[in-house]
Amino acid sequence: MPKVTINGMEIEVAPGTSILQAAEQLGIEVPRFCYHDKLSVPANCRMCLVQVEGGPPKPVASCAMACGEGMIVRTDTEVVKKARRGVMEMILINHPLDCPVCDQGGECDLQDQAVAYGFDRSRFHENKRAVTDKDLGPLVSTVMTRCINCTRCVRFAEEIAGTPVLGQLNRGEDSEIGTFIGELVKTELSGNLVDVCPVGALTSKPYAFAARPWELKKTESVDVHDAVGSNIRVDSRGRDVLRILPRLNEDINEEWINDKTRYACDGLRAKRLDRPYIRSESTGKLLPASWPEAFAHIKDKLKGLKGSNIAALAGDMADVESMVALKDLMDKLGSPNLDCRTDNATFDVENRAGYLFNSTIAGIDSADLIILVGVNPRYEATMVNARIRRAWLERRVKVVMIGQGGDLTYPYDHYGTSTKDIEQFVEEFAGKLPAQKPMMIVGAGVFRRDDGLALHGMLFDAAEKLGIASKDWNGFNILHTAASRVGALDIGFVPQEDGLDFRSIIAGTKDGTIKALYLLGSDEFNARVNIGWKCFTVYQGHHGDHGAERADVILPGAAYTEKDGIYVNTEGRPQLGRKAVSPPGDAREDWKILRALSEELGKTLPYNTLAELRERIRGEWPLFRSIDSVTPAKWSRFGEKGKKVQPEQLNPYTDNFYLSNPICRASKTMNECVEAFIDTGRLSEAAE
Amino acid sequence: MDRLFRSMLLTEIVKGFLLTLKYIFFMPRVTINYPYEKGPISPRFRGEHALRRYPNGEERCIACKLCEAICPALAITIEAEPREDGSRRTTRYDIDMTKCIYCGLCQEACPVDAIVEGPNFEFATETREELYYNKDRLLANGDRWEAQIAANLLADAPYR
Repeated sequence: MPKVTINGMEIEVAPGTSILQAAEQLGIEVPRFCYHDKLSVPANCRMCLVQVEGGPPKPVASCAMACGEGMIVRTDTEVVKKARRGVMEMILINHPLDCPVCDQGGECDLQDQAVAYGFDRSRFHENKRAVTDKDLGPLVSTVMTRCINCTRCVRFAEEIAGTPVLGQLNRGEDSEIGTFIGELVKTELSGNLVDVCPVGALTSKPYAFAARPWELKKTESVDVHDAVGSNIRVDSRGRDVLRILPRLNEDINEEWINDKTRYACDGLRAKRLDRPYIRSESTGKLLPASWPEAFAHIKDKLKGLKGSNIAALAGDMADVESMVALKDLMDKLGSPNLDCRTDNATFDVENRAGYLFNSTIAGIDSADLIILVGVNPRYEATMVNARIRRAWLERRVKVVMIGQGGDLTYPYDHYGTSTKDIEQFVEEFAGKLPAQKPMMIVGAGVFRRDDGLALHGMLFDAAEKLGIASKDWNGFNILHTAASRVGALDIGFVPQEDGLDFRSIIAGTKDGTIKALYLLGSDEFNARVNIGWKCFTVYQGHHGDHGAERADVILPGAAYTEKDGIYVNTEGRPQLGRKAVSPPGDAREDWKILRALSEELGKTLPYNTLAELRERIRGEWPLFRSIDSVTPAKWSRFGEKGKKVQPEQLNPYTDNFYLSNPICRASKTMNECVEAFIDTGRLSEAAE
Repeated sequence: MDRLFRSMLLTEIVKGFLLTLKYIFFMPRVTINYPYEKGPISPRFRGEHALRRYPNGEERCIACKLCEAICPALAITIEAEPREDGSRRTTRYDIDMTKCIYCGLCQEACPVDAIVEGPNFEFATETREELYYNKDRLLANGDRWEAQIAANLLADAPYR
């Protein structure tokens, strides 16, 4: 462990730590442009120069020099200050002074550091260079003249995103960042290019010129577009969410988020349900109504119905509080028919270890073999995929795929596509898997079959035989795609005693056993086709999508940026989503709607505030007492034992990545992405 | 004795009247006939706001929002989005003149001399609503006062 002295302060650091990192640990600021914590070190901006006593007779780039034993470093001498000023002046030679029209203005590394370390005037009177802008698709806009050639974007695309289409062309004054001849950066992480760019060369296209950073209200929240639960910061002004940025969480998303998380926020302003509606019985049209009218209508329709004739479904983006409120309400109405698996999946919901991402996402960093079963992590959980890619990049971790392949941005061995291939794989490798910490990631999509329970049991056997779960390592992981799913399973939003599951509920709406159905934001299935026409359907949600289309009564709820709520991610980690803006119009927070409805129905729920509701949740399910941390599940048998599994294909979710939920579907940006990245020419064809 | 003498003969009153009479008949007039005559104002005078244009008719304001940020009275509201040609322009530029304290910080902050406080001080209105200026009103002000504003800026330029 080398000991270094920086500005008179001594610190012992791990071998290989650079001077810049050591200085950071001491709280000494070293300016930098090209260096980024999560990327490789090119040392090309030269801004982080420091002086090493007894070292080379010139300032050294601290990001690239490892600490040596007994090194004495100074970051505050005249030499260093002069060197920084010189570098700054050099960088500013070709950087245009267009801060007032630049979207990075106010949150620009170059702007800040020019003020802090720069010289107050330029000695360069010649013309500045100009660089042609590049087309990076509908998400990232470019003003390449502003580029300072730090190559952070190049390294990001190559290392994290795994799409090496960016590169540096030419030399000297002519050097510029370019894409591989006319290619778009086809990655789900392209929004992060905007974050890594230290200047305004790459900025967010949908957010162009919308606001300045100082006008925005910043709310720390979590994402609900997938089940990873990426930590985000919601930037809003007035009633509008203007942009979403990642928040550092080393255990989940590090400091990246995917494009859906980042750019679907314009969908929060479109196609919103902002007042209650009741379907007219004579014309079949949805007519605007007031809250009391809507509640009275529901009360009228539920009158005389037995509990077993009522059912409730929870959608992909519901928060734990509203699901608990709905469950309590159903309990009071005497209905056992609850389900959250609206994707048609069947699996064992009793054993928590059977539906969690047990090894945790950070566990990927220590896994030495990863078996992907019927999952495409690139589209189902981009942040998980980015971790696997890093594990491959840094340690060449072995990845095995059983299921539909596809470009995952890293190589893998393809062992087949059906359940049979799992059996074969187990036979071949039972007990002799060449790994200490093997990991199996099963996509929740594979359970969308009739014998899901048997498949679940088979996967348990496979995990046992392959030695995936041992005393101190549980490598059995289910990767969910719905933000609400694990929370719903944890609170038991599943069929109660003698209750019907999703399939039976849907069948029941057609044959008349289910006469009333409550949808809490269920938009995953085509409700108009699937729900029997006689069944009275109440939809509570925030967007006019599949559920609202079929509903007889619409109760307008709040989207995830408009309510305080707990979401449990696929690891089983409860996290707090926070309210950034108010719901539009007459819409209300979801648990409040259920509380108000319960009073109208004469089954008043016993809580009046969110704090009381959370107290109830914490009382019944202790895992919610530790927000932000994972409560590990005990490894034991799950699924049906020894049942024959039909040899079917293992299909991952094939949903379009950019249009997987009502918020995305309402988002203009996401639709543009589909055209640019998936169906090129789709919109123009539709117009013809 | 001296004091008694002065108070008895009312010399102070006489002196006062003489001064008045001197100003009435012999000194140059200092009042002006206001609505028809106006006093001189400095080129730095901070009056009614105006948004200026370039000589080719292009509006100067680029929606950088620095004036909105610096305004101590929070009188300025700006919304922006890309114009059709991709340039950065405001879609809304409102000044609440009832909030404005005429400190002139907006024109100090402006990097393109777009928002200025012009020489006009006669913009009293009968209702408050008329004092909520929008972009059209401000641009019209600019067009109306451009000659004088340009002259004032030129006159003040050597001292900046």
